[in-house]
Amino acid sequence: MTRRLKPPGWNVLGLLPAHVIMLLTLIVPVGIIILVSFSTRGPYGGFDYVFTTAPYKQILFNEGWTGELEFNPQYLIVVARTLILSLVTTFICLLLSFPVAYFISLQRPALKVGLIYLVTLPFWVSMIVRVYSWIIILGNDGVIAKALRALGLVENMGSLLFGDTAMLIGLVYSYIPLMILPIFASIEKLDPTLVEASHDLYGSRLITLRRVILPLCQPGMLAGSILVFVPCLGAVLEPTLLGGGKTMMMGNLIQLQFGAARNWPLGAAISIVLMAAVLIFLVSRGLRAIRRESRELGK
Amino acid sequence: MSAGTDVRRYPGFGLFSLLFFLYLYLPIAVVVFYSFNANRIVANWGGFSLHWYYAALSNSALVGAVKTSLFVAAIATVLSTVVALMAALVLVRGRDVRFRRVSETVVNLPLLLPEIVVAVAVLILFSEIGLTNGLLKLTVAHTTFCIPFAFLPIRARLQGMDPDLEEAARDLYASSWVAFRRVTLPLILPGVFSGAMLAFVISMDDFITSNLLNSGGATTLPVYIFSLIKQGVSPQLNAISTLIMIVSVLLATGAFLLQRQK
Amino acid sequence: MDKSRPIEMNKAVEIKGVSKTFGNYQALKPVTFDIYENEFFTLLGPSGCGKTTLLRMIAGFEQPSTGAISLRGSNIQGLPPHKRRVNTVFQSYALFPHMTLEQNIGFGLENLGWTKDRRDKRVADMLRLVHMEEFAARKPQQLSGGQRQRVALARALAPEPEVLLLDEPLSALDLKLRQAMRDELRTLQRQTGITFVFVTHDQEEALDMSDRICVLGDGHIQQLGTPADIYEEPSNRFVADFIGETNFLDAEVLSVKGDHATVSIPFGMTMIVPHKQAAVGAPAVMSIRPEKISLPSQDNQIVVDGTIVGANYLGGYTHYVVETGTTRLRVSKRNSLSRGRTFEVGQPIKVGFSAESARVLGA
Repeated sequence: MTRRLKPPGWNVLGLLPAHVIMLLTLIVPVGIIILVSFSTRGPYGGFDYVFTTAPYKQILFNEGWTGELEFNPQYLIVVARTLILSLVTTFICLLLSFPVAYFISLQRPALKVGLIYLVTLPFWVSMIVRVYSWIIILGNDGVIAKALRALGLVENMGSLLFGDTAMLIGLVYSYIPLMILPIFASIEKLDPTLVEASHDLYGSRLITLRRVILPLCQPGMLAGSILVFVPCLGAVLEPTLLGGGKTMMMGNLIQLQFGAARNWPLGAAISIVLMAAVLIFLVSRGLRAIRRESRELGK
Repeated sequence: MSAGTDVRRYPGFGLFSLLFFLYLYLPIAVVVFYSFNANRIVANWGGFSLHWYYAALSNSALVGAVKTSLFVAAIATVLSTVVALMAALVLVRGRDVRFRRVSETVVNLPLLLPEIVVAVAVLILFSEIGLTNGLLKLTVAHTTFCIPFAFLPIRARLQGMDPDLEEAARDLYASSWVAFRRVTLPLILPGVFSGAMLAFVISMDDFITSNLLNSGGATTLPVYIFSLIKQGVSPQLNAISTLIMIVSVLLATGAFLLQRQK
Repeated sequence: MDKSRPIEMNKAVEIKGVSKTFGNYQALKPVTFDIYENEFFTLLGPSGCGKTTLLRMIAGFEQPSTGAISLRGSNIQGLPPHKRRVNTVFQSYALFPHMTLEQNIGFGLENLGWTKDRRDKRVADMLRLVHMEEFAARKPQQLSGGQRQRVALARALAPEPEVLLLDEPLSALDLKLRQAMRDELRTLQRQTGITFVFVTHDQEEALDMSDRICVLGDGHIQQLGTPADIYEEPSNRFVADFIGETNFLDAEVLSVKGDHATVSIPFGMTMIVPHKQAAVGAPAVMSIRPEKISLPSQDNQIVVDGTIVGANYLGGYTHYVVETGTTRLRVSKRNSLSRGRTFEVGQPIKVGFSAESARVLGA
């Protein structure tokens, strides 16, 4: 603490631009989103600052002709679909990533670097192009349909496109590199003699995997789950391009409200629900980590 | 050395990984393959042709979208990298920084929010302050969400740098500015470059925010591609996609090599 | 020939023509020897001599390129590590960081299918054996190096292995602790009656603890015998050099008769000295240990004039370097009577030794 290199004024100056930008373009606007979500829809789109809880009610109910509220699950289904698809995507990514990350970590250094490069490369390739590629593959006249027809397996299978399955495929494809990298990092940190020790103490490969390797890779799996789950909740491209117009997720529902539907208060309300979902997820994960840490310290 | 006795190896993982990499690259290969299809109908192979590349490069709407994207990405990259560099220097090297954790979270805020929420936030902001210039809106929004992407590689590089080096420079009578310019900056330059490249790619690639802000005559490349996809699969679209992928791969490889440089 | 062979002569491990090649590199040339039940057996050698490779082949982590290993008479060729009744104390201890000490020690028992009651009792016994009862619920990260070492021992001993393998277990400890752990290891071996196979590069450790030592160098066995055998009767130059300190004098073998050889040495004299693998015309050296040289000479057979050129005071001993004109001799002298140095640098002096305490070795 005695060897201070820069006067403290420097600290403030260096951080100022970043903080001002975040404050003006994100923190204040998120406050406005909350306001808008409690505002009345304007006559020509937009909104008026007149307090109402209508946008939130709208998520659950339809307003009938006489003003009575009628339960309508259409938006709730979108919310549920978003949560379920995100969870399933995270789970599938976990299952697929572990063997791949483990396999990569066993390779010699040069090959390891090459394979990690191959894992990250698609992530740099335009997201929209990658999602689009699945339209070519899954489409009515797509690669899979053609292949199956050529093999004589299925005469007319209809389109694989537009639906939960197509969205799921797209989501896993988009975000799986984000799962592999942290899991790979935690496997790399795993001391290989621990694996040998387990075998030495009569543990088979399966026991070693279950009792030693997987528990010690938990931090990486947790980090990967967060990195995959959060962007899935807010996914827009995958549901728009692969889900078709009918099967929506929260991301493109919000986009619709701020675009064609011109219902900003409803869009803001759904955004708040989305943010709340992310927050709950992050906080619960964080709390679990803190609880584990404190339990460890207590011993 | 035989695989059967190495207790760390699991049978089947190799094959599984092979299939995984096929899954990762097959879709991309399909797009590239069909971009050379002479036939107007994508799925019917009509022989090899570069026709769609000529068509793409002479498509004025596409060229316009590329120009918009490049303009926005260039400015957003420079701004976000400078801002991120300043923040990283303070957060990694500064002494007695108060609220370091909170400050860092604020700098990384765009990563913690789903991008659609970021998009909605800037959309409402611009409508509230009555900003209508499309390019300006895009540039501000892109600068915001590029900051953490530029920040993280710079921070990593700074953390990997021995702080004694800077103190050694100071010990050898360098002012703090000279120490920064002659010692710190040259050493973290690879991190700065790779952060800038990441920011550039993220900006070029952005769809959600650009699409929501899409007004005022500023259509970016991904938004233009989206409109093409809405019109249906076409060989020209495949050609455009292939061109984009080539550029991305070149940039990614550059950034990857920079990050590994010692 | 094996004067010191333990009373119980059953073979715990038989190594027959075992070698190991990694790619083009032969880490271990074919070796053959037995390890007996209930003995403390040490594999000693410099790094890269193949001792750890040998240990890993007994444990099952590596497969021999040639030859076979038997455990209590049954060939364990191809048996995976988790099916061999041997346990290892790893150099890094390899304690599972996510498990408590109890869970660590119980891990092997669980995999062997012991019932919970039996397991708990054994774990408690083992904790008591290594004096770690009060730490049962701790995690390895909360222990000191010496404590971890003891837990690693308890974990490896818990399943009552047929052979316990120890891979340089003391190398991570500081000097004081290393001394204490030597005694503790020796006591544990006697108490449990389990065969210990101990790998080390530290010759002092090996001499201190072992019943028998196998000196490995350059990928093959240099000598196998009791600590005294190996120190007093080194079979070649490598062993004499690696174990303890010694003086080497160039020697020319003039004739060999039985276990004595007539050699001429640099002091311009000819003497008859016990030999190992010496032959007329073949290169040879004479080895004489620093503590076998008298300073000043008493009524020794061989007396040489010299000058003291170096004196290092080491507490219990003082090491002198004596220049004799043709060669420098290192001499070690106990400080049992004197305080500090008895002789000063520059002082002329006579040194002496007897032919029987020297050895001529084929080089």
